Amino acid sequence: MRSRRKRGALAVAAIATVITVAACGSSNNTNVAVPGVTATSITFGTHQPVTGPAAPGYSLIAPASQAYFDYVNAHGGVFGRKIYLTIKNDEYNPATTVTDVRQLVLQDHVFGIFEGLGTPTHEKVVGFLNSEKVPDMFIASGCPCWDAGTTQPYSFGWQPNYTIEGKVLGQYIAQHFAGQKIGVLYQDDDFGGGGLAGIKDEVPAKDLVSEQPYQSGTTSLATQVTALKASGAKVLVEFTVPIYTAIARLTSYTLGWNPQLVVSNVGIDPPTVSGLLAAVSKNKVSAAAGNALINGTITDGYLPSFSDSSNPWVTLFKGILTQYDKGAPWDGNTEYGIANAYTLVQALEAAGKNLTRQGLVNAVDNDGASWTGPGLVPFRYSTTVHGGYSGVQMAKVVDGGITAFGPVLVTQPTAGTPITAYTGTPATPTASGIPSN
Amino acid sequence: MSALRSRTAPIENLLGRSTLLRSLGLVIVVGVVLYVVSGQLGAYNQSQLAIGLYYFAVLAGLTMLIGSSGQVSLGHGALMAVGAYTVILLIGKEGWALLPALVAAVVVTTAVGIPMGIAASRLRGPYLAGATLAFAVGLPALANQFPVTFGGSNGLVINPPLPPSWLGATFSQEEWWAWICGLGALLVLFVVYNLSHSGLGRSLRAVRDDEIAASLCGLRVPRLQSLAFVISAACAGLAGGLFVVVLQLATPESFPLQLSLALLTGVVVGGLGSLWGAAFGAALLTLLPGWSNDLSSSLSLSQNVQGNLPFAIYGAVLIVVMLVWPSGISGGLRALAKAVSTTRRRDL
Repeated sequence: MRSRRKRGALAVAAIATVITVAACGSSNNTNVAVPGVTATSITFGTHQPVTGPAAPGYSLIAPASQAYFDYVNAHGGVFGRKIYLTIKNDEYNPATTVTDVRQLVLQDHVFGIFEGLGTPTHEKVVGFLNSEKVPDMFIASGCPCWDAGTTQPYSFGWQPNYTIEGKVLGQYIAQHFAGQKIGVLYQDDDFGGGGLAGIKDEVPAKDLVSEQPYQSGTTSLATQVTALKASGAKVLVEFTVPIYTAIARLTSYTLGWNPQLVVSNVGIDPPTVSGLLAAVSKNKVSAAAGNALINGTITDGYLPSFSDSSNPWVTLFKGILTQYDKGAPWDGNTEYGIANAYTLVQALEAAGKNLTRQGLVNAVDNDGASWTGPGLVPFRYSTTVHGGYSGVQMAKVVDGGITAFGPVLVTQPTAGTPITAYTGTPATPTASGIPSN
Repeated sequence: MSALRSRTAPIENLLGRSTLLRSLGLVIVVGVVLYVVSGQLGAYNQSQLAIGLYYFAVLAGLTMLIGSSGQVSLGHGALMAVGAYTVILLIGKEGWALLPALVAAVVVTTAVGIPMGIAASRLRGPYLAGATLAFAVGLPALANQFPVTFGGSNGLVINPPLPPSWLGATFSQEEWWAWICGLGALLVLFVVYNLSHSGLGRSLRAVRDDEIAASLCGLRVPRLQSLAFVISAACAGLAGGLFVVVLQLATPESFPLQLSLALLTGVVVGGLGSLWGAAFGAALLTLLPGWSNDLSSSLSLSQNVQGNLPFAIYGAVLIVVMLVWPSGISGGLRALAKAVSTTRRRDL
């Protein structure tokens, strides 16, 4: 009898232990006036696909941003505060994104979220971040949904809105492939949908012969690519993440179909895609042959091309990456991470010495549109619009690099707004490599 | 059988021999503990507690299915998806209140569980696992086939359920979610406890131990197996509904195959066939991913290693628990308690 009672007591004690352990860790630095900010530090958090379907290529982005922060920190930080970035792996699973971001905000008490990656993932935390009044800086996605500055005052996009990108690509197609049959392969979410909307705004409806969606996480695009080939399309437009660009290219190559590719800038970083072509084909396609497979693909860019070694931004950023993110390849992803971090430093400088969450948001609202940096075009920041870069320049994949051509183009995402050339002169970096507003 | 007896013995002494009274006592004790604990936690841990509680709801049903009836299901993640999509569609598109939507989630998942249960009663061992596996792979993808209704891979979202005003302005929404999930978990605890201590539970265990002997005793084996499957499906449906309460979203990616596999490991590592095991399994599924992530990021390894280390830690924990305590955490603790009490007695 006695031993039975003891057993019961032990079980209760075990449960109590589990609950106590679960309760631990909720009591660090809650007493500071501004969460995540001390006299010597600012801490941001982010959610990234370190593993999972979106990881290839994109997993390089946040560490590259950290490299730029380390560079700034080594040069004294911003107003004496060093910038730290806590990376959480959400595996591109929205349910994990939600718990990751809650932990960052409610338990780790970060100052803000920076560069949260992915449209379907980040969409699920925008409501939470805005109700908690947490700055949601420079989301790593071009979803048109970040434009809504009035309803989401704390969230800011950074890269060009996918509809803007789709419009510019669409105009190019309408001008240079007039009357030819066009097929579209797109990710079935607001990323692909936003891009498709831009294409439809510019390409005549009769030329669009096939629109094929795919689901992120799928392992085969055979159905979609076969349908696109059967439609007789001569031009294939893709709003795809790198892994699906690679799978689609390999599938169409196997089917003996080689259309002119036009791919969104998020899906065609040549080193990433050629590496993936080798991986997906189990090395039947070498990296060199992979580069040949995507050679001539039409795309666009809003930063200087990573392969343009004569550009001063490329020299600066590549040097920082080599020093602070050892072993990371220099490509479109790492350039993205550093350029985005550069913009965050600009924002922190504009927010001033007495940093508050509202102060940072106000700084972007009021000054963001005038910031210059590596970007080819100005930002679209205002109190009502929180979209990022206002346009892109057409570009082409050439021998594993990207070569820009033609004028830099800007437009608005609304249907029917004109696409115009941007004539501002490109900025050059300061000697220190740190922005000075 | 005997193990189940002795475990409930302390409560038996307190509340007599009525299963109903004992289960009510258990529900009250656990309810009070949850009430006290949820008030002490910070907002993030309250939402983690809520997550643990919906895991308990699905694991309790699954442990009854696998532990008592002996049927292995790899499809319970998909059944959670059914419950989650039901709740989110009814609240988001039809404007239902939370409670009827949760009831509807149980009803719909039960309806889906009936044909699955009938099929399950005709399959054995790996064939059953394979069939339910196909369900886990296929069902979430269905949402992509009807993007207008189910929102495609973007999924669906609803506004967070807010606590009623009589709880006061300072009452956090996370605590409210923990309360709702707690009530759901207590309901499952009550139902599963009573079922496994009833004639049905004994019949199920007889079927598990020897189907031929059980049918010779007059038990209708296929019917019992279908019933066990349907009950566990209903629990999974409720858990899916509670998932929406905590996370306010339903997307195909949130119910991957890995979820179904994790549920199975949860019941096995926690301890098959026992409600304590389901509780330990739920704690494990909630806490281990975070712990292993924190551990791997504190080791300052390269990004590639850091990203994959949590999976390795997860796997290592599973292997170690299974090697050291083949009967799961709850079985291991019981053995430990027994060892302690015999040593004590010898000392006396």
